[in-house]
Amino acid sequence: MMNTGVSTVMKLRTMGRHFREGSKSVWRNGWMTVSSVGAVTTTLLLVGVFLALMLNLNQITQEVEKDVEIKVLLDRTLQDDQDINRVEKELKSISDVRSVKFSSKEKELEQLIESMGDEGKAFELFDQSNPLKDAFVVKPSDPTETIAVADKIKSIKGVSEVNYGEEIVQRLLQFNEYARTIGLALIIALVFTAIFLISNTIKITIIARKKEIGIMKLVGATNGFIRWPFFIEGMLLGVLGAIIPITAVVSGYYYLYYKLRDKIQFEFIQLLPFDPFAWQLSLLILGIGVFIGIWGSVMSVRKFLKV
Amino acid sequence: MIEMQSVYKTYPNGVTALNGIDVHIAQGEFVYVVGPSGAGKSTFTRLMFREEKPTKGTVLVNNINLSKLKERKIPKLRRQIGVVYQDFRLLPKLSVYENIAFALEVIEESQKNIRKRVMDVLDQVRLKNKARFIPDELSGGEQQRVSIARAIVNYPKLLIADEPTGNLDPETSWEIMSILEEINASGTTVVMATHSKDIVDKMRKRVIAIEDGLVARDEHRGEYGYEA
Ligand SMILES: Nc1ncnc2c1ncn2[C@@H]1O[C@H](COP(=O)(O)OP(=O)(O)O)[C@@H](O)[C@H]1O
Ligand SMILES: [Mg+2]
Repeated sequence: MMNTGVSTVMKLRTMGRHFREGSKSVWRNGWMTVSSVGAVTTTLLLVGVFLALMLNLNQITQEVEKDVEIKVLLDRTLQDDQDINRVEKELKSISDVRSVKFSSKEKELEQLIESMGDEGKAFELFDQSNPLKDAFVVKPSDPTETIAVADKIKSIKGVSEVNYGEEIVQRLLQFNEYARTIGLALIIALVFTAIFLISNTIKITIIARKKEIGIMKLVGATNGFIRWPFFIEGMLLGVLGAIIPITAVVSGYYYLYYKLRDKIQFEFIQLLPFDPFAWQLSLLILGIGVFIGIWGSVMSVRKFLKV
Repeated sequence: MIEMQSVYKTYPNGVTALNGIDVHIAQGEFVYVVGPSGAGKSTFTRLMFREEKPTKGTVLVNNINLSKLKERKIPKLRRQIGVVYQDFRLLPKLSVYENIAFALEVIEESQKNIRKRVMDVLDQVRLKNKARFIPDELSGGEQQRVSIARAIVNYPKLLIADEPTGNLDPETSWEIMSILEEINASGTTVVMATHSKDIVDKMRKRVIAIEDGLVARDEHRGEYGYEA
């Protein structure tokens, strides 16, 4: 006697059958397939470029962020330890301040001389009458809050001057924020468009096969058995749509990283290394493609396959 | 095998197709369902494999109460019942072999078992030489034999046929009838709705006549009883 139970675990050969059916459908749908794969390709190309830009920008920003510090110079009139301690306490009480470190004017001078190399020797004359000021080095816990923190510091009594990185650092931080927001919004919009197009393609498959689906149910096919090939079809559309973007992004990044790097001297810009970044990015693109495909098919199967 | 107790069926559009049916069909019987068109014959057969649910009353098939059957248990029920339609309902893009194999793929049979079993039923309906054809390349009678082969491939205890000879010429119809009779002889219950006076009167079986959604007649070795 044959087994007529509905087994919960699908056998491998059944999965193979769903794969065959799903791929046949991709092939049969002709132009519909071409157009939805085209949509996924466009989406993933843009997503890939955005991701490469954003992740690199993020990396650069993080490097820069690490160095962001606010130098707080104290009034020369501030002599005794009590006053200095008071300023330190006030600095520490500001929210968004991660660390506060005291640096005496002697130490400041030492650093200055060191940083100047040979030319610095000239400053050694100042050893006796040091023109520099005592200072605090403050690190903000959130580098994007640097300006706000610096403003608060300015109002502390006994502070003569507040210096924080060059403006370019602030601009970079700002830019990174904008890029992240806009990039993410664009990626999400593109992904949803592609999902919609895929679900449309699958919908057409389902409608064209409505009668066949009815027959399958008559013969005892479960809903899952009927749905699976549609999921596979969606996934395949996603995978097909990822091929060109992955090729393009990998070769583009290869060119940028190995070829262009030799020609142009990037001063402080350090790109993420080709290996493994290009491969991780490829995997991410493939993953997004598969996600788009499966979600697209799940959507239309839910709506149009009320089985 | 089949037990119906005061079964009513009203469709969502308000048409009442069955108006209180009481029927008992034992395992191994061969039953014709006759009656004017629109009387409710198809509705009557569709209740047996949960294609329709009764509005009121009880339908038991193989001791399963179909009104209480959970949605997800329907596939399992269908695998125990063979169904044959007037319009064959074959999957158009699949070969004869694949059409029949499909009923075994849904229960995840192995390819080896499928091959053996499909060849057996193809032999039974005398279509072994057309296994690779697609439905469009076959005559009506041949297509109906494929659909019968698919219906019995799972060894069902019940075979339901709704006007299986409705689209066939008399000679082909008799081929189909002899196959159905063989299936019945092997112990399968057969319920067949039909308009063929010729068949009912020559191949005598139990006859249930339905008129206006009610059992008008239920006779052992009965006659068709209407003008042809
Ligand atoms: N799916 C349906 N929806 C609405 N009305 C239906 C449906 N199927 C059948 N009917 C109606 O129910 C009545 C009985 O139909 P049916 O069972 O097909 O009779 P028969 O097979 O004896 O010709 C008819 O009036 C028909 O129009
Ligand atoms: Mg009918």
